[in-house]
Amino acid sequence: ITVKVPGLILQDQGKSPVLCIGEEQPKNCFTELQVLKGHFDIVRFLVQIDDFRCASAGDDGLVLIWNIETGERLQELRGHSQQITAITTFVCRSDVTAHPSLITASSDRTLSLWDPDTANRIQTISDLQSSVKCLLVLERLSLWVSGGEELCVWNKDFQLQCHRQQHSDTGITALIELPKNCLAAAMDKEIVIHRLTLSTDSSVSVSEIHRLSEHQDQIRALISVNDGLFASGSHAGELILWDSISWTTQATMHILWEESQASTQTEIRLGAQKPSEMSIQHLSTNGKVRSAEAVGSGLYVYNVVSRTVVAYRKAAHDSNVLHTTLLSDSEVMSCSEDGSVRMWEIQDLPLPAEPASAGFFGMWTFGRSSKQSGPQSKKVVDIPNLRTLELTGDLIGHSGAVQMFISFKEKGLVTCSTDHLLILWKNGDTQSRLRSLALFHKLEENGGL
Amino acid sequence: MTQSANAVSHASLTNNTMIGSPDVVAFTKEDEYGQTSPEPWDLPEEFSVPLHPLADSNPWAKTSYAKFTKDFILISEFSEQVGPQPLLTIPDEPKICGTFDLNYFSLRIMSVDYQASFVGHPPGSGYPRLSFVEDSRVVLGDSKEGAFAYVHHFTLYDLEARGFVRPFCMAYIAADEKKIMLQFQELSLRFSQASECLKAGNRRAFAKELQRKLQDLEYTHSVLQREEGLQREAGPQCVYSAHAVEKANELANVEKSIYEHRDLLKQICSYHRRPRRDPQAVACRRCMTECLSECEELLDKYAKLAEPVSHSEKGGKGEGGEGWLDDSRGEEEEDEDGVKRRPSYTPQLIKAKSAKCFDKRLKILPELCEGTFYEAAVELLKETERSFRGDLCYLHTRRLDKALRKNLRVVNFLFEEELDDNAEDESGTLRPFCAVNHSVDNHVHLNSPHIVLGPDTTQLHPSKPQDPLNVASETSTTRQSELGLGESQLESSPSDQTLETQESSEETKGSFSSDKSGLELAEKRESMASMISEGPDPDSDLTPEPDQNTDAGRESSSEDVETTAGEEDDGDHERDQTPVSLLEVASELDDCDSLNESKLLPPIDAACCMPQEHFLHEASAPDTMSSVQQNSHPKPSQILVVNQEPQALLPVQGEYTVGSPCSESPPTSLELPVGLLGDVASQTSVEEGSDCTLSASTGSDRAASPLGYGGTVTLRERKKAGQGALRFVRQYPFAMQALWCLLRGRTLVVIGSDEGRVRRLVLALALFVPSPGKCGERVQAWLSCPLTLTDLLRWKLIGLQRVGSPVGSSLLYSLSRYSRYISILDVDMKTLRCPPYSGRLLANIADHRTYIRRGSTFFLHIQSTLCRLAARAFLFTFTHHLHLPVSPVEGQEVVESRRRSFLQEQLGLDKGDSQVLLYLSQLITQQYLWPANRSSFSFDYTTSVLYKI
Repeated sequence: ITVKVPGLILQDQGKSPVLCIGEEQPKNCFTELQVLKGHFDIVRFLVQIDDFRCASAGDDGLVLIWNIETGERLQELRGHSQQITAITTFVCRSDVTAHPSLITASSDRTLSLWDPDTANRIQTISDLQSSVKCLLVLERLSLWVSGGEELCVWNKDFQLQCHRQQHSDTGITALIELPKNCLAAAMDKEIVIHRLTLSTDSSVSVSEIHRLSEHQDQIRALISVNDGLFASGSHAGELILWDSISWTTQATMHILWEESQASTQTEIRLGAQKPSEMSIQHLSTNGKVRSAEAVGSGLYVYNVVSRTVVAYRKAAHDSNVLHTTLLSDSEVMSCSEDGSVRMWEIQDLPLPAEPASAGFFGMWTFGRSSKQSGPQSKKVVDIPNLRTLELTGDLIGHSGAVQMFISFKEKGLVTCSTDHLLILWKNGDTQSRLRSLALFHKLEENGGL
Repeated sequence: MTQSANAVSHASLTNNTMIGSPDVVAFTKEDEYGQTSPEPWDLPEEFSVPLHPLADSNPWAKTSYAKFTKDFILISEFSEQVGPQPLLTIPDEPKICGTFDLNYFSLRIMSVDYQASFVGHPPGSGYPRLSFVEDSRVVLGDSKEGAFAYVHHFTLYDLEARGFVRPFCMAYIAADEKKIMLQFQELSLRFSQASECLKAGNRRAFAKELQRKLQDLEYTHSVLQREEGLQREAGPQCVYSAHAVEKANELANVEKSIYEHRDLLKQICSYHRRPRRDPQAVACRRCMTECLSECEELLDKYAKLAEPVSHSEKGGKGEGGEGWLDDSRGEEEEDEDGVKRRPSYTPQLIKAKSAKCFDKRLKILPELCEGTFYEAAVELLKETERSFRGDLCYLHTRRLDKALRKNLRVVNFLFEEELDDNAEDESGTLRPFCAVNHSVDNHVHLNSPHIVLGPDTTQLHPSKPQDPLNVASETSTTRQSELGLGESQLESSPSDQTLETQESSEETKGSFSSDKSGLELAEKRESMASMISEGPDPDSDLTPEPDQNTDAGRESSSEDVETTAGEEDDGDHERDQTPVSLLEVASELDDCDSLNESKLLPPIDAACCMPQEHFLHEASAPDTMSSVQQNSHPKPSQILVVNQEPQALLPVQGEYTVGSPCSESPPTSLELPVGLLGDVASQTSVEEGSDCTLSASTGSDRAASPLGYGGTVTLRERKKAGQGALRFVRQYPFAMQALWCLLRGRTLVVIGSDEGRVRRLVLALALFVPSPGKCGERVQAWLSCPLTLTDLLRWKLIGLQRVGSPVGSSLLYSLSRYSRYISILDVDMKTLRCPPYSGRLLANIADHRTYIRRGSTFFLHIQSTLCRLAARAFLFTFTHHLHLPVSPVEGQEVVESRRRSFLQEQLGLDKGDSQVLLYLSQLITQQYLWPANRSSFSFDYTTSVLYKI
């Protein structure tokens, strides 16, 4: 097994001072950790199965089911010979009870359905033309969709309903569900809207109905914000907010850096910096108002309603941010290639404004004609209601990039990383209380010491 | 003859002790329960520590005249040809017994020839009977030789022996009589195991021998029959010739012999079904059933042999003159030799009359019992010898310590070495020893225990023994002390100890528990005396002449026993004297240490070096003593948890020393270099399959570095570590902070460029790592690669090599990255980076200006403090309302404040100290809930400070 990203990523950025919170973190409640070992390669995906279980999958082709209350490894789903490219939960609602199962896709061009309780491979499809890069479950229709070089629609019994060849080098990298049986698929620089037609004899057909090609660069992230909106982010740092029904652009924002002195800016300097530093790596939303985005090593919180950036940190991490989550209205969590997970709080800006001059972002309102024309962009340095992202704590444990994390609320947080490990972060006080409870329970059972 | 037969039959009724020799001391066992109700809050007497050491407490004074240097096991046989003869000693070194006369001593021990047993036909039965004699156990002494022995007699069957039995005995010979008396139960148990093992093998061998014999007989029978037939055919005139008559007689003899042997086979088969009176005779069930089925098979086979015709055909095949040839070869060369050569046995012609008993070669012990069984038994005895090494006070404290720690399993993993697993066996379940390793379903519950001095494990307050075990042990104690009292008398009389039969022991028992009528007593004594005065077995003319004074001595000393036994009831106070004096001796650490040393190093003799060590370190004794005494006055109101304190010092001696006997691999020299120790450690870790191996093999670098602190750590090392800790405390003003970090579970990294220095410091600081693991799994003495998170999870104390770039930079980077989880002690710069400590607890043990000068003293000091801490943590952990709400309406904040106030006000702990206690409590909880170490790692986010000298 080759270690793909060995050791620590040491990035000396030099130009912007790296945030450091220090060792005193009174707001950080994660005072206990447990290391979950089992993978042999980079762990890329985490999926929550239910209240206490999560599945992890990675480049070793293994899917492991964990009990996050105890840290036990419950099951080991073996079957894929190559790295897992996508994983999602699939709830079979055939009976009264909803039984969760897992769908995995792998580079070995197979798709599998697993029962996480028994580790049985219920279904498997192995004669795929290409490997699947993303999966989408349409629960409403009891269907699921796989995207890669072709778009396939499957029913819950793993029968192919229809498929559609995509003529693109990259294939579909992301899929989201839109209203009216529509799908949005991100392909390179375009977003392709498909519509599923369900005929009476329960056969399904899929047809391409629209292409959105506003993005200048490869689309990195695609999420649906709420019923009416979805958002996409590109490698060049463009964030576009779309209407889910009319597929029109609602807002466009271009995130830029100012490398030199921030007095005479306004032009876009695409070539002036490393592309990855402005690439939108990840988007997440709390479904209501805000969406968090990871831009390079920075972090932006965007208010969808007011179409403004609420708060930002342009150097939130030492290295690229890989995953973000809005935990609540005011809490943001992010993980990064630098191996740390950071927790942020959106706070009102203190009076002497945070040195926001170092960066700025251009913004276009919808209805713009030519987004290429830089001078049209408006400088928004002095937004009055701009607030700040205050670092409240960081979790250091992984020795490689933290790929993803899942929060189980008060039960803890699971992170996965390129160092082959998962770490379970917990609140030490809660855990010790639970242990005491267990202790006295056992004491009672045993009838004394 | 009738007299002796009487005696013997009597002896076989009473299963434990036998008569026959003047020099035998009875060991009595009490089956009754003690009448006194236990006082729950009293410390058991065995555990109390004397206020003033007894004047004549030098344990070596008495043993000085022994002619051997250390205890050994002697196996001897009463050979019907040459009389008593020693067969082997364990350990099998000539210098073991020194000038001690083995021949003479085996003559003495075998003169207790209880199994002079019946030979030939008992009245009323047609065939010779095998005598089923249970083993007998006696204690015997020889004051002139300075030797005392536990003697275990047993018999093995041999077809060629007189009465088919060969009497053997195994003896544990020691210079210290008390040792034998006090260890009687366990000795008896162990020797019983060995004996059962030998007997099991012997039965198999005997059955095989019988089988061969029967084949021979049948063959002979068929040959004779054919001859007779030939003669008959030759003519009627010679039917009545002398030759023919002789032949007919011979044939009849052979037939009789066949019947006899078949009967013997039947008898040996019935052996297993016979109820055993000996409670300690536990044999492996599987072996037994196997042997039984084997025998039954044989029996079936030979049941049909009554029809000689069928057999004559079979046997007469290639017979011709060969049979005659065989016959002419002579009887001496009987089946046994022939059998060994050929795998499948061809029957041979034998003569009806057996050879003279002095002509033949008797089988040796390994032949008598099958090889594997013999080897297993010898191994068992070797193990016994090993486990009884060291003198009584050492054994005693070790046992005390073990027993106490069994009661404190919940907490003693924190700072004390874990009990070895085979301690399980000693607590009542006896694993019958099996030579063929049928170990699985073999556990048999035994109500007769063998920990003589240890209190019952399950009892939380073992102050007064409640079960036969303890009664027995107590009796042994009292007897022991009583014998000690009667010593002056004994010395005046040339014979050493009294002999008592089971009967007399019953007497004594009677006088212990209920007052039997004196008349009865007197009668019994008379009968006993008459039996004794019968002297040695008249059957064996080889029995040596007993000492001239034996009779008188015996009587007088049995008298002693009687009288002292009578006093015993009101002489309760005497009981605690023995253990007390033992403890007092044992508390002198250095002596004990040398003992431990001797235990680890077989070539160095315990008895030899003990006194020297003793004098050498005597200067330190008062120190130790005072600390012992300080802690030895528990208030009566103290609850058990806190009662641990006096014990806290005792474990120090035993527990870090020997460890499990199984993992004991004797090092070769006194001064153990670290590397060698590491090897030993890794060996043991491999054996145990523990984490150590993992940690040792994670990286090439780590594998190369010996653990240093691993395996079972001897007390010497611990003391050395104590010295190191003392030096550390005196040298570094911030020692307190460093120790605090260890105690609250914050990993301490000791970084330095000098390996030896780092290792030494780690070894010293390891004393403060709570729950260091069985072989120090939580300590890594030397590491030279960057730290990872798993390292932090695994180790609580890490020695780290300071290296140059580029490894060094990544190493330093890892240190700074994980700096929130670790404290860094820089040996080169003499700095410490850790959170500040606020508390008073550690001022006691990490006093920069401490007056303690000796490492061992400091070690004890640490131990006592840590034990007190562990006790508090126990209390805290198991107090319900400190963790959980009392009523459903109570919120978590209330519980929290209650906990805080308990820690602060009740226990008087400041914040830093509370953190220590919370960490210990967490460890206890985790240990209690998941003994199989579920590793979670807790920490907190606090700022660190850099301390400098």
